[in-house]
Amino acid sequence: MAETHEGATRRDFIHVASATMGAVGAACVAWPLIDQMNPAADTLALATTEFDVSGVEEGMAVTIVWRGKPVFVRHRTAKEIEEAGAVDINDLPDPETDGARAAKPEMLVLVGVCTHLGCVPLGQKATDPRGEWGGWFCPCHGSHYDTSGRIRKGPAPTNLPVPPYEYISDTVIRIG
Amino acid sequence: MSGPNFSNPVVRWIDHRLPVFTFMHHEMHEYPTPKNLNYWWNFGSLAGIVLVIMLLTGIILAMHYTPHVDYAFQSVERIMRDVNYGWLIRYIHANGASFFFIVVYIHIFRGLYYGSYKAPRELLWMLGVVILLLMMATAFMGYVLPWGQMSFWGATVITNLFSALPGVGEWIVTLLWGGFSVDNPTLNRFFSLHYLLPFVIVGVVVLHIVALHRFGSNNPLGIDVRGKQDSIPFHPYYTVKDMFGLGVFLTIFAAVVFFMPNAMGHPDNYIPANPLVTPAHIVPEWYFLPFYAILRAVPDKLLGVLAMFAAIAVLFILPWLDRSPVRSATFRPLFKIFFWIFAANCVLLTYLGGKPAEGIYVILSRLATVYYFFHFLILLPGLSIFETPKPLPRSISQPVLGSGTAGASKENS
Amino acid sequence: MMGARGLLTVAAAALVSLGLTAAPAKAAGNAVELPSQNWSFAGIFGTFDRGELQRGFQVYKEVCAGCHSLDYIAFRNLADLGFNELEIKAIAAEYEVQDGPNDDGEMFDRPGLPADRFPAPFANDNAARASNGGALPPDLSLMVDARPNGANYLYALMTGYGDAPSGVTVAEGMSYNAYFPGHQIAMPAPIADDGVEYADGTKATVDQQARDITAFLTWAAEPNLEERKRMGVMAVLFLLVMTGLLYASKRKIWADVH
Repeated sequence: MAETHEGATRRDFIHVASATMGAVGAACVAWPLIDQMNPAADTLALATTEFDVSGVEEGMAVTIVWRGKPVFVRHRTAKEIEEAGAVDINDLPDPETDGARAAKPEMLVLVGVCTHLGCVPLGQKATDPRGEWGGWFCPCHGSHYDTSGRIRKGPAPTNLPVPPYEYISDTVIRIG
Repeated sequence: MSGPNFSNPVVRWIDHRLPVFTFMHHEMHEYPTPKNLNYWWNFGSLAGIVLVIMLLTGIILAMHYTPHVDYAFQSVERIMRDVNYGWLIRYIHANGASFFFIVVYIHIFRGLYYGSYKAPRELLWMLGVVILLLMMATAFMGYVLPWGQMSFWGATVITNLFSALPGVGEWIVTLLWGGFSVDNPTLNRFFSLHYLLPFVIVGVVVLHIVALHRFGSNNPLGIDVRGKQDSIPFHPYYTVKDMFGLGVFLTIFAAVVFFMPNAMGHPDNYIPANPLVTPAHIVPEWYFLPFYAILRAVPDKLLGVLAMFAAIAVLFILPWLDRSPVRSATFRPLFKIFFWIFAANCVLLTYLGGKPAEGIYVILSRLATVYYFFHFLILLPGLSIFETPKPLPRSISQPVLGSGTAGASKENS
Repeated sequence: MMGARGLLTVAAAALVSLGLTAAPAKAAGNAVELPSQNWSFAGIFGTFDRGELQRGFQVYKEVCAGCHSLDYIAFRNLADLGFNELEIKAIAAEYEVQDGPNDDGEMFDRPGLPADRFPAPFANDNAARASNGGALPPDLSLMVDARPNGANYLYALMTGYGDAPSGVTVAEGMSYNAYFPGHQIAMPAPIADDGVEYADGTKATVDQQARDITAFLTWAAEPNLEERKRMGVMAVLFLLVMTGLLYASKRKIWADVH
């Protein structure tokens, strides 16, 4: 092989340069091959959902779809709101006040996906088991959520997340 | 059996239990390769790399494609418009098919010129022909998937070829279609097979390489390697040469993909498939044109189909048609002339395949078809008997015929 | 000597094969020679002219959209034409889009949103045929890619209407067009001088409208054209340098082979 003769430094430089170019090129090619797995433009364009909450009666809950996931909209009773607000947040696994979780206290909007491993918790229907705190109960691995959607017992690490949403009129929310 | 001595202890530990490094060392570093290979020998490894590019982009496209007659065209357009870099990946895959055939056809013609099909490499050659057949089937089925007008009518015409077979023809065509015309079941099975066949190709390519490494590469002189002075290790000499060739290839490929991505496609395939209207000029992809010309040259349906398949089948028996013991055309003055006539005839057939089957084109197609078979069946066996080859050099490193054939030796002046 | 000369032969062979591939595509074209126009989007550095695209969109909206759908374009895609988010929302809201079913199980119309695609003028192909004397107005999203030499063809078609030469009879309900295959086209001349009033004040001649709609439909067929060419220039330059370096590496490694 060539390395033992004269000009070893220049030779090495050329090999290093070609190899570097090759590596940079491969990296540039790799990005499109990976990025294609990210959500496509049409998928991203559908990322907002609008919903009129006026049809949800007190004590009722409705499940709507946002980004392919269930979103719980629950019109809470005064009792439920009171229970949610009365908790000492230092006792919670994932401390959050109820006020920080609902733009309007009576209307709770949550992503209905258990933070443990992604099942949909029960509790939307009055006949569903709602767990020990009267909120939601995940049947897969037994996580209990309270009337603010906060984790109280079971393997789930965090509260049911509140999706980004705003009231675009008195009764219509836009999620996303 | 003395393996190489690896300095890295992890490599040594693994290699002791699973000798992949020894294997690579043996097949890459020690593998003796004739030192006089010219750039035509780049196309084998290049074909392998293009196969990998096709597999990668194909697997990605399958993540976004929907094999259903109502959604196939739409899902391809979604890839082109909405999927991140989808247009790039699809253009690479579509043009990659054409470039795969360019590379493989050059690889085949190199083998024809330098007699690489001769003993002891007959099986190596035949495995190559199997790869070509598999590539054709794969490319054909892949072209159907976008479900444009050419996809649909290409599928209809090509599957109908089998109806020429006496007795079982109609039954076979219905079996291929899964119905009474090219329809959703056809699209589904073509998608399935289009995904499967490339992996079968990979398998045959492995066999092709195993057969290659048994006797090593042929070379431009067509004589055997006589000893160490005739050969160099594959790595780094041919790896770096292949890398350079790959660079040239990728530059041309990128220019086509980015600046003229639809030049090798057909505009009609941007019209969704319509089973009630056949486009005015239906033409297969360019790489099928010579065979399409042969098909149309024969006025009888069955004989036309047989001629087309025979055009490839004849390659299988080529090692026994050309009995001349001299491999390289360099030392076969007559063969060399006829090789170029044959190549020109293939170009002519390609041209004719793209022309409408009327007037002078039909007559030319018939002449070119006859010549194609004449070359293999009459000319080559005849030449083996009557041609007087030039004297062969004694060895690769000592060519008796002076300069001009010593390969790389003049390159470094 | 195998080096440079051998390489040239190989490159030449590759180019010949490329040339061959282009031949059949040309062969299948129209019998009539299409005049070539100067397009801003042609060539390896080609880009769209935003003004042209917006005017072309106006022609589509006010003229073509009466009969021709644009299935693969969503309102959000209009951002490519230089419209901002608010303008796109306003454009989308001009259209009625069918949605549903609602809670009562009924389909209903609502104003369009940026994520919606352009609604088609007819409910289905049969309805389109019934309203157009039996001829189906094709979808325009891919028209430029779906015809040989698409941009020049489209421009020629738009400007190719006229009286039939003597001796040629044009069937009832058909129009004479110099560039349509067979010269008889079911679509009556779609554009006329001042048929639209351009928002940017450009004079709306037939020629101007034909150019604009061609540019717009070229964008519709290949919305990624600019990104593709930009990436292409960088990729080819990069590969040229890399190939040069690899050639130097190859020469160095092969320097001692005799």
